Amino acid sequence: MLNTLTSSQLDEIQVQIEAHKNLPGALMPMLHAIQDSVGYVPEAVYPQIAKALALSVAEVHGVVTFYHHFRTHPVGKHVLQICRAESCQAMGSEQLESSVKSALGIDYHETTKDGSITLEPVYCLGNCACSPAVMLDEELYGRVDSQKIAQIISQARIA
Amino acid sequence: MSNVVIKVYVPRDSTALSLGADRTAHAIVAEAQKRGLEIALVRNGSRGLFWLEPLVEVATPLGRVAYAPVQAQDVPDLFETDFLNALSDKAKAHPLYLGLTEELTWLKRQQRLTFARVGITDPVSLDDYIAHDGYKGLKHALSLNGADIVKIVSDSGLRGRGGAAFPTGIKWNTVLNAPATQKYVVCNADEGDSGTYSDRMIMEDDPFVLIEGMTIAGIAVGATQGYIYLRSEYPHALKVLNEAIAKAYQVGYLGDNIAGSGQSFHLEVRRAAGAYVCGEETSLLESLEGKRGLVRFKPPLPAIEGLFGKPTIVNNVISLATIPIILDKGAQYYADYGMGRSRGTLPIQLAGNLKQTGLIELAFGVTLRELLYDFGAGSATGKPIRAVQVGGPLGAYLPESQFDTPLDYEAFSQIWAVLGHGGIVAFDETVNMAKMARYAFEFCAIESCGKCTPCRIGSTRGVELMDKITAGQERTQHIQVLRDLSDTMLNGSLCALGGMTPYPVLSAINHFPEDFGVS
Repeated sequence: MLNTLTSSQLDEIQVQIEAHKNLPGALMPMLHAIQDSVGYVPEAVYPQIAKALALSVAEVHGVVTFYHHFRTHPVGKHVLQICRAESCQAMGSEQLESSVKSALGIDYHETTKDGSITLEPVYCLGNCACSPAVMLDEELYGRVDSQKIAQIISQARIA
Repeated sequence: MSNVVIKVYVPRDSTALSLGADRTAHAIVAEAQKRGLEIALVRNGSRGLFWLEPLVEVATPLGRVAYAPVQAQDVPDLFETDFLNALSDKAKAHPLYLGLTEELTWLKRQQRLTFARVGITDPVSLDDYIAHDGYKGLKHALSLNGADIVKIVSDSGLRGRGGAAFPTGIKWNTVLNAPATQKYVVCNADEGDSGTYSDRMIMEDDPFVLIEGMTIAGIAVGATQGYIYLRSEYPHALKVLNEAIAKAYQVGYLGDNIAGSGQSFHLEVRRAAGAYVCGEETSLLESLEGKRGLVRFKPPLPAIEGLFGKPTIVNNVISLATIPIILDKGAQYYADYGMGRSRGTLPIQLAGNLKQTGLIELAFGVTLRELLYDFGAGSATGKPIRAVQVGGPLGAYLPESQFDTPLDYEAFSQIWAVLGHGGIVAFDETVNMAKMARYAFEFCAIESCGKCTPCRIGSTRGVELMDKITAGQERTQHIQVLRDLSDTMLNGSLCALGGMTPYPVLSAINHFPEDFGVS
């Protein structure tokens, strides 16, 4: 996957930088806004972010890479997060993880060849009463068994 | 009944949504339309009987009647058996009929103070909030001076529900007495502990109570700006909070003239970004300032030098959401619940391998056994419960012999365990405790902020040691090294992440040595 940005994406990023640069503690909301609009935080725009906030590029890099949520590369059309935390482990999430990995043919932090799904681990989705839990983009699922995950995956591949 | 529009409640809480509540709601609306029946659909919060979601309620003159779990495909059959006329014999005979919601044992046995409205009201309806005693606490607070408000909070005995159990009133008093032109109230909504979801429920199911609690905090200490630092894993909570905040601004419950008092309080949600360590208050403040979430040295305390160097209250969602009822009903009312130095109630969250999971708010003092078996009805798999982790990933694993411990901060600390945020995760006999100990180190290694050596390096050495132990290499010696390492992490880490990782690890070795190949 190429890390090239279209000019409309660059414009969009510039809009977000301008919109957020005067907030107190602006960097986090700015990074969220950029990732929300183009799907990741491209390294190519670190200098623009740094300049707007009077930071060094290294500081921007430091913040982006500290947080698991921020990505520096494009992801697939959908992001599937599987909860790895204790409550889900108590209800068989390990099996779920390995079956998803083999069904998709990828490991965590990877994207399927057709570009439809990126797989990410997550440590608690707050759905611990109905473990195991997964989240597809912003859609939460509970008591996920092999049948349910197969449905979720096949829907994600079509949509 | 023909002219009465019947209210039907389908929860919008994300656990209910994760089990199909939206599809159920759509099916109910469609089926009613098809049959020419007029209903008023309310998307309420969850009652917290999560094993029964989606739990649908129908209003009757005697109170709300519950049917659960209702999937979309059950809906035509429900209408066929007259479910809108929930007091009829026909409706009562339906297999999903549970009777009056308020009479359900799970709810009847609880003492809901912080969660008084949760599941009952429409979370984003300010009218509903006010009709159910909302903003009474603020009204009382506005008639008092800051010191009086802080005294009420102190007298209630409320301790931080985020994990450290520090008395909330003392924290507030420090901020009150810190001279500054700008002060802040920060809500720690970075609920990252596995097995916990009470913060999420408050934010999704009764957001105004958090807004009211933060407003009271601001007025008490003279802070005019509040931030809710919310986990990025909670997209539903983000939407609900933003909607509720916008409504509160519209009618003057937030802004520059709160409820006509001339006092200011502004509130904004800031999204976290998936770093567990940012649940630690100083790391959270760094993150809010737009930096890496590195833990700060203390002192200075955040109450003296917090956000942007200014005096700051940092409280957990549950602590802040409990403030309105304390201000409304008085310190003594709240303090009358509980045991010893643990006053009031604790929202307990049952999770993991249990038949009946969900939220239980009870006065301190209930035992784990009552929670696991009376409320939880034993394991979901039907196998014996072997271990229970209380208080999140940094909490100790407790064996069956400790199930009679009452939920009380001091009782837990006596058995070298923590109550934390009240999350309880049950494991059946298939759990391998050596694997759980390894996972505790692995989690710490992934989430360590890297500032202090015991946590940054110790966590990785811990994973390596666990691999050697499970592979049977010089077991006795390596377990000794593991104990030494744990001692270093316990005493040498800068914050609870490194400092408490030894809790799950050592409790696993001490209570379940057979899983480590020793006796």
